[in-house]
Amino acid sequence: MTESLPALRLANITKRFGKLVANDGISLELGTGEVLALLGENGAGKSTLVSILFGHYVADEGHIEVFGQPLPPGNPKAALAAGVGMVHQHFALADNLSVLDNVLLGSEPLWQPFSRRRAARARLIDTANRFGLGVNPDARVATLSVGERQRVEILKALYRGARILILDEPTAVLTPQESESLFTTLATLVTEGLSVIFISHKLDEVLRVSARVAVLRGGRLVSVRNTEHTTKTELAELMVGRSVTLPTREPRPHGDLVLSLSGVHAAHAGKTLLDDVGLMVRAGEIVGIAGVSGNGQHALADLLCGTLAADRGEVSVSGQTMRANPRDWIARRVARIPEDRHAVGVVGDLPVWENAVSERLHLPAFSRAGIVRGRTARDFTRRLVTQFDVRLSGIDVPARVLSGGNMQKLILGRALSVAGEGVTPTLIVANQPTWGLDIGAVAYVHRCLLDAAAAGAAVLVISEDLDELFAIADRIAVMFKGRLGPALPTEGCSRAAIGLAMAGSTASNTEGAPLHAA
Amino acid sequence: MMDFLTTLFDMLGSASFWVATLRVATPLILGTLGVLICERAGVLNLGIEGIMVAGAFTGWLAVFNGADLWTGVLVAGLVGGAFGLLHAVLTVWLTVSQHVAGLGVTLLATSLSAFAYRVSFPQVSTPPTIEAFAPLESLADLPLIGPVLAGQTSLTLLAIALVPAIAYLLYRTPMGLALRMVGENPAAAEGQGVDVIAVRTGAVIAGSMLMGLAGAFLTLSAFNAFFFNMINGRGWICVALVVFASWRPGKALLGAVLFAAFDAAQLRLQQAGGVLPYQIYLMLPYLLSILALIVMARRAAYPQALMKPYRKGER
Repeated sequence: MTESLPALRLANITKRFGKLVANDGISLELGTGEVLALLGENGAGKSTLVSILFGHYVADEGHIEVFGQPLPPGNPKAALAAGVGMVHQHFALADNLSVLDNVLLGSEPLWQPFSRRRAARARLIDTANRFGLGVNPDARVATLSVGERQRVEILKALYRGARILILDEPTAVLTPQESESLFTTLATLVTEGLSVIFISHKLDEVLRVSARVAVLRGGRLVSVRNTEHTTKTELAELMVGRSVTLPTREPRPHGDLVLSLSGVHAAHAGKTLLDDVGLMVRAGEIVGIAGVSGNGQHALADLLCGTLAADRGEVSVSGQTMRANPRDWIARRVARIPEDRHAVGVVGDLPVWENAVSERLHLPAFSRAGIVRGRTARDFTRRLVTQFDVRLSGIDVPARVLSGGNMQKLILGRALSVAGEGVTPTLIVANQPTWGLDIGAVAYVHRCLLDAAAAGAAVLVISEDLDELFAIADRIAVMFKGRLGPALPTEGCSRAAIGLAMAGSTASNTEGAPLHAA
Repeated sequence: MMDFLTTLFDMLGSASFWVATLRVATPLILGTLGVLICERAGVLNLGIEGIMVAGAFTGWLAVFNGADLWTGVLVAGLVGGAFGLLHAVLTVWLTVSQHVAGLGVTLLATSLSAFAYRVSFPQVSTPPTIEAFAPLESLADLPLIGPVLAGQTSLTLLAIALVPAIAYLLYRTPMGLALRMVGENPAAAEGQGVDVIAVRTGAVIAGSMLMGLAGAFLTLSAFNAFFFNMINGRGWICVALVVFASWRPGKALLGAVLFAAFDAAQLRLQQAGGVLPYQIYLMLPYLLSILALIVMARRAAYPQALMKPYRKGER
């Protein structure tokens, strides 16, 4: 630590939500011109801590000083005035308004009868140029790319004169190239004397950008390390509290063709969702679909769950043409893991056991003459909960009370039992299977998918997380604007080439094979 | 057919047709601007129908009891604002369903007005009258629009003047930006230091005051007495007109005038007689507005946080 006044000092911050202690006596200092990484799993208390710092929440105990001055609690306005700027993970932008409007808001007295838009525009362009964050002030936010929106978020804080910038999981939604450009921006900010708190659960980028790393676990600050004196393994152990080994891929024999798509086209309300999509997945094979969200992955998953009909093209499983009817897909032993586990994966208000049998409720296994066989269903659920390590207080609690990881294990267990207990599904369609899960749960989900493939299931994993795809997929294809590139062996793929394809440029003049359909 | 077209062109060329159109349009302009301000801030205000009744009644009652006409207008605005505050307390502070709260306000305001009228005038068969706003005949000499404006009262001019004023407020002032932002993304506005609850409350009160004025126009300018069913769905028309206008003040004026023109036209076409039963003419403005709504509303960009209550500190 430097001898000079710290930019920010958190002293003994404690925050409780009912029984849950989200932050437990956290004390932390941020030096001027320093990048401090805040590392921790989901639920470790990172977001709560910065929400307190920015005045969204009020801490139950403790206090905050910014450049030596106490910061009044629960007041975003005071935080802004003190020079604290926040870049939210889910951007706090109004899509229908212009970039200038979004930046200008709150910077002028509310009762001022006019707005100095011309001067504001000039100052915005000036700030953007100084930090290398080029963006058109008059563009409507809805028309911007994710990377551009993030620039607007950063600009918003800089425009208000932020001296401390908090970035909450900033790379979660970016392509690898956009992340690179963000890291360059951070370097510029630091040379300009700004202090940065960088929140992440990705070890590689934490090691890459920060000077120090503060690790949170279960609401407590477990350690603060100098980045140059630590390793990825050490940070991972500090973060999880035990050593975690992520499963790795081993060569497996591939069997018969299971999933086959050719020339599939789908549209909704005049908008093309899938454009001439072709794909083949064999038994025992894991194919990964990469892409920035909103490029048709959602439609592809819906198609393969039987909830979206193709206008043209052929969709077949094990040689049999499929219709857009979920029950058909279940009957063909297709295990489906939906993207949004809360909204689509479970019915939150129904008990766990009803959720566990919901896919196969109509089958004789769980109902007789239209009446649910309660005891059989409950026995099945108990076995499932044990086998898949779902931690809960009982199978009668509503599904919504489960944590993300436990809910995903429940869905995984249900999906993998689609063909009956102990029977491997023909095909597994997993959309963002580990989104928002902690490392332990990620390892578990990956283990299950790899085991299922080894047992002969064809597996399709749709993910925005390239690390995930490189870890478990045998082949990777990139989706962009509804078109799917060829699925190429993972060994031959470079991250750079995939990143470019995710951003829509053809990789013809870069190393590696072209990843896009012509 | 030729007869019909001649009638139509004669009508469009006559000053009296446009005088009638503007008169019918005035409460719609005021009401639509009121709804627009509320909805831009993210609050649906279905209290409009009742607030117009209350504005019409209290404005008229004040004048009947000896206040001058502008004081009557002020009273109507304040009463509208009071019901707006009630709606804001329910929807913005207590985050009650905006549909339910709005309908509740309408029922309450309508019934309270009816009750107060009955208490004030227990035994009258013909509604008592007042001396209403007089037409601005001094404007008759203005070129082209003179004859049309001469048939109007100050309240109509006020309504028209409010259109650019509100457009300026929305698009050219920090307050307007804050108002639009809390209707699009309240969490973002909060993060920029804007008090979402205060801005929404203020917008609902201001919008409801305009609704009160819209009602008062009917008793203080269009007619000179208060009748129970005089609002007759005009409030609901305003709610639809805002969608038609894509939440823009200029288009709101256009929509209100267009609807009023259909209404004025159908009256004349009825009188001119014709092959069609008169009920068809009565239906005309509504049919045409449904049609226009279908065309316009499909492309409408709703304020994204419309009808979404904002609770601070909630994830």
